[in-house]
Amino acid sequence: MRTLDSLRMLIASTFRPADLRAEMEEELRSHIAHRSDDLERSGLSRTEAERRARIEFGGREKYKEEIHRAIGGNLIETCAQDMLFSLRQLRKSPGFTIAAMLTLALAIGANAVVFGMLNALILRPLDVPQAESLYGIEHGSDYGYLSYPDYVDLRDRNRSFESLAVFTATQAGLDTGKGPSRVFGYQASGNYFDTLGIQPFLGRFFHGSDEHGVNSAPYIVLSYAYWHSHFQDDRGVVGRIVQLNKHPFTIVGVAPPGFRGTLLLFAPDFFMPAVNQAQLDGENYLNARGSRGLLEAVGHLKPGVPPSQAADDLNSIGSYLAKTYPNVDGLKSFTLARPGLYGDLVGRPARAFLAGLMLLAGLILLAACANLGSLFAARAGDRSREVALRLALGSSRIRILRQLLTESVLLSLAGGTVGLAVSIALLRRLSVWEPFPGFPFSAPVTPDARVYCVALALALLSGLFFGIVPVRQVFEANPYEIVKAGSSAMLGRRVTARDMLLVLQIAICAVLVTSSIVAVRGLMRSLHGNFGFEPRNAILADTDLKMAGYWGERVPAMQRRMIEAMETIPGVAQVGSANSTPLGAVQVKQIVFNDETRDLRQSNASATTFWYGVSPNYFQAAGTSLLAGRDFSWHDDKDAPRVAIVNREFASEVLGSVAGAVGRHFKMPDGTRVEVVGLVGDGKYVSLTEDPQAAMFLPMLQSPSSQTFLLVRPKSDLSRDPQQLAAAMRSKLRELDAELPCETETWVDALDAVMFPPRLATVSLGILGMMGAMVAITGIFGMAAYSVSKRLKELGIRIALGAKRAEVLQAALGRPFKLLVFGSAAGLVLGLLATRVLASIVYQATPRDPVVMAGVVVAMSILGLVATWIPAQRALSVNPLILLREE
Amino acid sequence: MTDQAQLLPGTLDLLILRAVSLGPLHGYGILLRIGQISDNALLIEQGALYPGLFRLVRQGLLKASWGTSENNRRAKFYELTVAGRKRLSEETASWNRLATAIAAALSQQPEEA
Repeated sequence: MRTLDSLRMLIASTFRPADLRAEMEEELRSHIAHRSDDLERSGLSRTEAERRARIEFGGREKYKEEIHRAIGGNLIETCAQDMLFSLRQLRKSPGFTIAAMLTLALAIGANAVVFGMLNALILRPLDVPQAESLYGIEHGSDYGYLSYPDYVDLRDRNRSFESLAVFTATQAGLDTGKGPSRVFGYQASGNYFDTLGIQPFLGRFFHGSDEHGVNSAPYIVLSYAYWHSHFQDDRGVVGRIVQLNKHPFTIVGVAPPGFRGTLLLFAPDFFMPAVNQAQLDGENYLNARGSRGLLEAVGHLKPGVPPSQAADDLNSIGSYLAKTYPNVDGLKSFTLARPGLYGDLVGRPARAFLAGLMLLAGLILLAACANLGSLFAARAGDRSREVALRLALGSSRIRILRQLLTESVLLSLAGGTVGLAVSIALLRRLSVWEPFPGFPFSAPVTPDARVYCVALALALLSGLFFGIVPVRQVFEANPYEIVKAGSSAMLGRRVTARDMLLVLQIAICAVLVTSSIVAVRGLMRSLHGNFGFEPRNAILADTDLKMAGYWGERVPAMQRRMIEAMETIPGVAQVGSANSTPLGAVQVKQIVFNDETRDLRQSNASATTFWYGVSPNYFQAAGTSLLAGRDFSWHDDKDAPRVAIVNREFASEVLGSVAGAVGRHFKMPDGTRVEVVGLVGDGKYVSLTEDPQAAMFLPMLQSPSSQTFLLVRPKSDLSRDPQQLAAAMRSKLRELDAELPCETETWVDALDAVMFPPRLATVSLGILGMMGAMVAITGIFGMAAYSVSKRLKELGIRIALGAKRAEVLQAALGRPFKLLVFGSAAGLVLGLLATRVLASIVYQATPRDPVVMAGVVVAMSILGLVATWIPAQRALSVNPLILLREE
Repeated sequence: MTDQAQLLPGTLDLLILRAVSLGPLHGYGILLRIGQISDNALLIEQGALYPGLFRLVRQGLLKASWGTSENNRRAKFYELTVAGRKRLSEETASWNRLATAIAAALSQQPEEA
């Protein structure tokens, strides 16, 4: 009863203020009418009676206000009042308003962008039904790739997954009648779509029931994007027969628009059954238990099965397999991971990187809030007379505070909205950005409701945060003192809080500046680092002969003709060929054994090494110098003794010594003895930040592969335009086989993929660093300008008494300057600590670098100079006469 | 008029509850009733009644409904709720205790004149 009534009233007062007001009005009118009746009866005229009644009633407006307060006030009405008042206040100082909004827009925008990426890549699950129960499988310390027989055993023996599917990314030459073109897609188990629970947009998907052994399911499913762009939404495409690497496949369906497979950053063109992989790859991996290539498993856990139990289940299968197949390394220590980022391989660094960025963006927002907080405090201080008057006239402190908070929240919401709008545009652009031409890498980071909510919540929070800074000031304000003494009475106290905030944000800015300089330096160094080869000036032509239907003996023959064709191009100095290039997209590893090892089981291997099948003259074309021994020749073919050229790390790991490496032997897993005929220096093979790793180079005639990277180095550095040379290479290749899809790029461009993480880190840090600097500049500027304007009179007196310029400056700006030095020092130290994290992303990012130190000092000095220039000019141009006359 | 006493803070609510306890009344009626039961000894500004009335309704001690007055005018009538009646008896008891105690204290003759 009681709650009901009060609820009704609260609702009425909040949502139907007009009703309530009318009711109140009527009740008071009724009171006065009754009183008038009585007075009239006592002999007064009606008019006189009504007049008397109104007087006796007292201040009607006052009582109405009191009634409002008695029933809990009218939220919307007072809020609207506060808002109108705030808008008026903000309009009075447009400079402040715009500066504050821009600062907030930048800071909140940065947070929204970073959170948008974090959300899309880490927090948001894959876009499949019941994504929360979808897991990928990892095992050991490696990435958890499986061989196909491993997969079949895990699929059939596990009791934890609804069903288990595998997939791997692949490329192929797709011929729809106009000659082959390169496409990227998935080789997937037949149950792939059924496991994920995806329905086709058009036609049908392939299923587990389509699989009847090797090459039994020549079907492909197109991705929506590829169908849209290459078949112009032609619904008649289902049932058409196309050629993949010169083998006929039937298009059975089109995947739905939102579905991009189970790798977040890879946008596929097509999906094909893994049982038909031999038609693409040339060799069949379906029975190769030891070939733990690239297959990744995903599946939905059964309801009620926790990931740890599933891992136990998989581990017991692993130990069964180890017993059954003793020659193949067992699958040990299974874990389940969120699918999408190659398990933890990319996931972990990506998470660390994004978390780091989020932290930095958060710091910027904090600095911006600190900045705005101190500006607000200064404004509140300047308005202390107004506040004091309002207090003296009976306004409550709560009401004044609420009004101040309304002002700050209004500002932050406006800034936040602008920031969010910009970040949405930016994220949309990022989503369609393909950083590596010719490779379908893109990050689907389109913002969703979560991003909007976070941005608005951040805006609201920061508004409350910087609005709360002047609170103490308002609460401690003594109206009498302030009105009497004028606003400068509060100066001494307020500066300390402002000082703290300023030091904080200068420190934050210095952290950002330090880490971005470290990142830039690292990046610059890594461009000129020692990769073990010389990418500059060289041009790569990248193709896979299978795409044009070359198999077996025809492959090396064609490769030799291609090399010879390249050599005929005028101005070409060296031509080599390899099945993959160091720091390229695909690296192949294999185990090797010591020459003395008899028992060739995996656990006895003496090293796991990268291997490259290369042509004679490859090392000259690549710019890798041979330290000892000889290069390969065309005579190192199938009939000749097996030979290899190894790097120093290989020599010390497998052969025991670097010096005596040439002439010694090691063993391949099949027992073949290989003689080492040459030695090269260590290089970088997967990432710029890796430790030295073993690598061996085999003659391509002894280890043939259809994957071909032609490496062409022109004679003199500046003699040829790379584009012109690339065009010449393409036309030579077209002469050899017009149907062979082939892409050319400079070797430096080809390294984009490895350079991408450090570049991304550097660019992000650079942008955040700039934003930090801008925030710090406005902060220092605000502080310096404020302190000069507050002390104009004192400065005038100093000048009148003959102070020198330096002394005036010292008096005016000494304090901001000290704060700047203090904050920068603190930030520098923190920044140096923070760059340890950077070292794992950016090659050779070390803070122990005089350039970094000097750079930070110079940057912070410039920053201080820029920020204090105008206030300093103002302090110096003080005219004591005018100033003293004003008072 | 001069012999009217100022109301102690907080006592107006008690008087309203008491006035209404004798039967439903509209605002002006409550004022008259208070005057009547206190022999016009208390000074109450007429408007001051209403914030109190709204507060008591909000607290669920009174309930209000529109009706027609003896003067044949529309008026809002207030009556006690169960909670209001309970509160009135509690407040009355507590007021009596206080008044007795203060009266006793004030009627005490000082030891020395």
